[in-house]
Amino acid sequence: MTTDTLRNDGLDLSALSLREVNAALQDASEGAFTVLNPGGAHALACGLDAPVEVMIRGHAGYYCAGMNQCASVTVEGNASTGVAENMMSGMVRVRGNVSQSAGATAHGGLLVIEGDASARCGISLKGAEIVVGGNVGHMSAFMAQAGALVVCGDAGEALGDSIYEARLYVRGTVASLGADCVEKEMRDEHRAQLADLLARAGMDADPADFRRYGSARQLYNFKIDNAY
Amino acid sequence: MCGIAGLFLKNEALHADLGRLTALMLHEMCDRGPDSAGFAVYGGGDGRAKLVLLSKTGETDFPALATRMGAALGAAADIGTLRDHAVLRTDAEGRAARAWIIENAPDVTVLSLGTSIEVFKGVGDPDRVAADFGLAGRGGTHAIAHTRMATESAITTTGSHPFSTGADTCLVHNGSLSNHNNLREVLAAQGERFQTENDSEVAAAYLAHRMGEGDTLDEALRGALRDLDGFYTFAIGTKDGFAVLRDPIACKPAVIAETDDWVAMASEFRAIAPLPGVETARIWEPEPARIYSWSHAA
Repeated sequence: MTTDTLRNDGLDLSALSLREVNAALQDASEGAFTVLNPGGAHALACGLDAPVEVMIRGHAGYYCAGMNQCASVTVEGNASTGVAENMMSGMVRVRGNVSQSAGATAHGGLLVIEGDASARCGISLKGAEIVVGGNVGHMSAFMAQAGALVVCGDAGEALGDSIYEARLYVRGTVASLGADCVEKEMRDEHRAQLADLLARAGMDADPADFRRYGSARQLYNFKIDNAY
Repeated sequence: MCGIAGLFLKNEALHADLGRLTALMLHEMCDRGPDSAGFAVYGGGDGRAKLVLLSKTGETDFPALATRMGAALGAAADIGTLRDHAVLRTDAEGRAARAWIIENAPDVTVLSLGTSIEVFKGVGDPDRVAADFGLAGRGGTHAIAHTRMATESAITTTGSHPFSTGADTCLVHNGSLSNHNNLREVLAAQGERFQTENDSEVAAAYLAHRMGEGDTLDEALRGALRDLDGFYTFAIGTKDGFAVLRDPIACKPAVIAETDDWVAMASEFRAIAPLPGVETARIWEPEPARIYSWSHAA
């Protein structure tokens, strides 16, 4: 079966193996693909490194679109743990909700979650941008080092715990801030960044309604006061 | 890692399909727990106490055991065997029957007790365990299945889930508890009978004990949030109810789906994907430390 045939027929996981589907996507250098009957399969559309467009019609399992580079992956459903983990570039959009650790350690690209994200969204974020239409769970942006997390709903407990330099924007309530995470002033550069992110994510929200959070930078250096 | 699959039917028209659908769910969880597996099915009974027994040696003379127990307790008992399991029905009071068997049949483990619940379990490929005990052909109102990747105790049939210590109550667990040894002693001092060293049995006994003291399922689960320390996603069955609880950290996965016909809970969505009507189900991840429960009781 050639890549063209697969492209034209759609990649149906009720007929093809996960390896066949991923191989077809990974072999392509361009074009648009549709994945049918994903059924919560793991590691769907992961490791893509070309500007292909992938539409997953249904719910995806763990690590969907992980390590993505250049590709644009849309999940028309929910995604489980670790969607777009370690993404380098490109775009991943989930129409529904996602489980924990969405966008974990992602270096670049844009992850859009139209629904809610559960715990640890953007954990150890390293430069990617994440926009969540709904709420995020506890410990989101834990140890985030660079990049941005936009939450149009509410954030759970311990937001931004042990955060380094990522920027966090939350429109709703924050249950609590984690260690060394503080509210910060919204300056023009932040409003501009937020407006751009919301526009690229297709979210209808007013940047003026958001608050910004980030690192107090008190955990950067060893403190003799903390030693025994 | 372990796999959980629970199915609570709201539409009676699906009762005959309970086992078939649960077996489909269990199949998807095989690679989360290839060591061993088990399932609890809640279905019809004749009102008498029903105990599912496991022969630890595989050589127990179950009919003789039923006769001995019947004579000792002064009540009729009949028994049917299925591989190394047996289902015993008796006019005796269920807890007394369980206590007598634990006391007098050291080669037997009581897997469940109640008027509705039946628990079956085995070591090895979960699909084979399901086939060996005819899961797909069983009807009923709700079922909970588990595939185990052992962490806290040995890979044995008795260490497989679900655990059931109280009447028509069972629990499956993905995670590990850190205060189970102390809690086991506390519960044992209050009369709970344990049959394994497994941490999850302690959680099952805790809930059964609380409900035995008069708690509702939700009240018992609120107590569990306070008294159980460790990682857990639990699925719990009672005669009329089904519940899901995750610890406050919520590292262990869970997803719930609900339609007008059923509520399903599993470790991963792929276990829910084969269910009829899943296309229009409401699907969400249960929040940490929040009790989700459903009941057939009016």
